[in-house]
Amino acid sequence: MINYALALGFIAVSLALLMNLWRLATGPTVMDRVLAVDTMVINTIALIILYGIRESTAVYFESALLMAMFGFISTVAYCRFVLRGDVIE
Amino acid sequence: MNIYIEALIAFHIILGAFFIFVGSFGMIKLPELMSRLHGPSKATTLGVGGFLVGSMIHFGATEGRISIQEILITFFLFITAPVTAHFIAKAYMHAELKPEKLPKPDGRYGWNTYASVEDVKLAAREQATGSDLQG
Amino acid sequence: MSVPKHSHDHSQGEPQAAAQDSHNSHGHGKENHSADHHPGRRYEDNRTYMQRWLPHPLLTFVLVLLWMALLNSFTIGGLVVGLALGMTIPIYTANFWPERPVIRRPTQVISFICILMFDVVVANIQVAYRIVFRRPEQLNTKWITVPLDLTSPEAITALTATITLTPGTVASDLSADGRSLLVHCLDVGSEKEMVRTIKDRYESRIKAIFP
Repeated sequence: MINYALALGFIAVSLALLMNLWRLATGPTVMDRVLAVDTMVINTIALIILYGIRESTAVYFESALLMAMFGFISTVAYCRFVLRGDVIE
Repeated sequence: MNIYIEALIAFHIILGAFFIFVGSFGMIKLPELMSRLHGPSKATTLGVGGFLVGSMIHFGATEGRISIQEILITFFLFITAPVTAHFIAKAYMHAELKPEKLPKPDGRYGWNTYASVEDVKLAAREQATGSDLQG
Repeated sequence: MSVPKHSHDHSQGEPQAAAQDSHNSHGHGKENHSADHHPGRRYEDNRTYMQRWLPHPLLTFVLVLLWMALLNSFTIGGLVVGLALGMTIPIYTANFWPERPVIRRPTQVISFICILMFDVVVANIQVAYRIVFRRPEQLNTKWITVPLDLTSPEAITALTATITLTPGTVASDLSADGRSLLVHCLDVGSEKEMVRTIKDRYESRIKAIFP
């Protein structure tokens, strides 16, 4: 039963990533694209976790943890650039 | 594995998948950026949390140990998701929105993104002295 | 007429002190003992022993817990390294945190987090229903202003994070005097009700935690 649920999970996350890509391509403003990149990072974390469950090993959680810790910094850097023109003052 | 534990894991994974899909679906369906912010920052975070609960139960059942790293991932996501949503909203307001479209706060000063440096200093000095400087 | 007299005394006192100083410097050579005993120190350090070597005990505790969670197992070696890191990091970064945050009643923190988790799960389902099954013209999006009673930055940060985590609202900006919060709502019935909900459920509890 878990295999069916995992397949459904993979389909859902892949569709979500495709939708983010669509928003990245056709966002009218810059912040739409920044939001799409940030959501892609979180969806990639979900994909890594699903893969770790499927392979039944716990080695992939460290990469998911690293992406969760540092993935939001890219969004913060983009937004600070838009707000102030400089990332680190 | 027990059929009930398998059902529990499958339920959590399906729930997480549903929320992730709804989060990104809301991002393409809604018309404006401020409405689009609500989907990814909340629903996607909750979906990843659902996946992590499923994985905690899975590794607890197969390997018999409780791993805390999943809770740590959820904790980091719950802390950083509001920060990114706030930053994106603020940058959008700064770049695109004019201050006339927003409601005014109580008091004499506007919102922080549109205020000039002199406004902020005046507000700080007025708060420190507790008096009305501009009369 | 006290002022000229005072200056008169002062001008008489100064040459005598200068004469004494020069006399002292001749007599003792390099040892010029002034008020403080350490010639290298440029400022006064009034911290107690505990404040100097353990400036933020709550930060140390959180760092040790995070280290143990990163290691994913509870071993004594990990505890020792965690304690070493938890002691050195606050000491080296002590200048970034001038004051300790005051937290009253830690039991209320746990109840607040439980309420937050419950709200996050329940309200997400409602917003998911609204996103999927309603057309975007039917949604009633609005900007509202929430007047604040909180003053400390930690409390305002906690309230902002709570409002953003609760589905349906995103906290966008703070007013220049720090007294009101700009919130964007996805689908709101009446503005006063939403403001009252935020203030009753979250702000009163945060005010009880942070004074």
